[in-house]
Amino acid sequence: MCDDPANLDTLLWFVCYLTTGKHLAFYGAFGTVLLLLAVTAPVALLLGFGGAIAARSRLAPVAWLGKGYIAVVRGVPDIAFFLFFVIALDQGLEWLRHQWLCPDWTEPVRQGQNFLVCPEAKLPLATAPQWIHEVYGFALAVVTFAIVFGAFAANVLYGAMAAVPRAQIETAEAYGMTHAQAFRRVLVPQMWVYALPGLSNLWMILIKASPLLFLLGVRDIVYWARELGATQTPRFTDYPHGDWRMWYFLFLLVFYLALTRLSEIVLGRVMRRLTRGQAMAGGEVQRRAEAAA
Amino acid sequence: MTCWEIVQAYALRSLGIGERLLPQVDITLCHQFTLIGSGLLWNVYFGTLALGAGFFLAVATALARQSRHAVLRKPAEWFVFVFRGSPLFIQFFFAYFLFLSLRGTFPALSPLTSAAYGALFVLFLNTAAYSAEIFHGALQAIPRGDLEAADAYGLAGWRKFRRITFPTMLRLGWPAYTNEAIFLFHATTLVFFSGFPAAQQRGDALYYAKFFADRTFNPFVPYPILAGYFILLTLGIIALAGLIQRRLNRHLPAVPGPWRPRFRLVR
Repeated sequence: MCDDPANLDTLLWFVCYLTTGKHLAFYGAFGTVLLLLAVTAPVALLLGFGGAIAARSRLAPVAWLGKGYIAVVRGVPDIAFFLFFVIALDQGLEWLRHQWLCPDWTEPVRQGQNFLVCPEAKLPLATAPQWIHEVYGFALAVVTFAIVFGAFAANVLYGAMAAVPRAQIETAEAYGMTHAQAFRRVLVPQMWVYALPGLSNLWMILIKASPLLFLLGVRDIVYWARELGATQTPRFTDYPHGDWRMWYFLFLLVFYLALTRLSEIVLGRVMRRLTRGQAMAGGEVQRRAEAAA
Repeated sequence: MTCWEIVQAYALRSLGIGERLLPQVDITLCHQFTLIGSGLLWNVYFGTLALGAGFFLAVATALARQSRHAVLRKPAEWFVFVFRGSPLFIQFFFAYFLFLSLRGTFPALSPLTSAAYGALFVLFLNTAAYSAEIFHGALQAIPRGDLEAADAYGLAGWRKFRRITFPTMLRLGWPAYTNEAIFLFHATTLVFFSGFPAAQQRGDALYYAKFFADRTFNPFVPYPILAGYFILLTLGIIALAGLIQRRLNRHLPAVPGPWRPRFRLVR
């Protein structure tokens, strides 16, 4: 059906055009973005949890480490981190592998303006298939996002842990729980309701940061929108068209608006669920509404 | 070249004044400090003008959101939703390509395809939407007693807004608005990564930092320099905002506790 696009009528032309191999890759890239969000969110939360615990630690060096992590990452523009970390991680890993795999390499790694490691230490290896390069790029992106958003999450969770009323912990300790038990059974279950507004905000920022994948060299939706929307001449494609990048980016804009709106609705529900039975203004409103009904 | 000669050659390079060719070999720390600092002029330009103009649109939008008439309220709500619900990065791309296609039909709009006007316009709308949300919250937080007292004194309409509503709104929203100003300055670094061309390599601070990182293949020098400049810029904003904050609150007896800024770039 799509063999001779030049003779199709408008509707069929669009059906064929929107199902070309490149367009399927474009749709796949939306999956990449969602995958990034799905992987980064829990990893960042875990890093944030670790950071918050470290910042609360009673051992001064550990507390400095946690607080330093939060302060450094939050104090510098994220985009600089995104551009910086990817090269830094890449060079760091290659340097470690270089030390490990080529101990008898004599030339210096940094030669003026070049960063040279032995061929066996290259990441990924120059002979590796294309998909390994793509997975490696994506993994670097996830690590970078997780480090940056982990610091934000650490800050939110640190605040949430401090917001749980002291009396709750004191009661737990009065019942004979150890410090760790009180932390596990009382503090952690109760802190989520205080953390949720901050975490929701963070999730929204994470969604809105995801197009920065493009800067990290991953073939994401921004890459494909620029590629597919650009003017196509009949010489190179069966589907020539003018400059449609505006429409492709309009589509991305709508995609992101839908994603943030959906998140808002879901997070609103979660918040209502978590507030139930809590000794907070929100919980009180719910209790009264139920009593009146 | 001595460092002073480098400063003379490159200090205004981001505006197109001075040496045409960017440094290619023998890149020194002085080169990096000078050029990245030169690029910072663009960040200051975008940030100041967008904030200055955006403030008025933000107040207007916040008031429109309070309106009883759906004709005013609905467009304001949609404006805020569109600009706060989507990434600034995508907004830049979309706006750039939109301006490109409009240029064909309306030649008068062609300046908007340059970063200096087009990106500024997007940043203006974006900061207006975010600030409108802040002022909307502040308007709702105005103590009811203040407004009732204004009514009791016979203030109404414009005079009530000018003397009571607006100053109180500004006072309540100011800490959040300061954060917004910081985010906006950080967000200006996105401009030259999002379609808008850096004509003749006249870019902002991050543009030059990336240039050096790519050229020397060493990210450990230019990015910390960039970070240092931005921290200085942020401290400047905080100091200025603190002065205004003191003036806004000068009638209040209690001094508010130390306020800690939050940093975020991506929006």
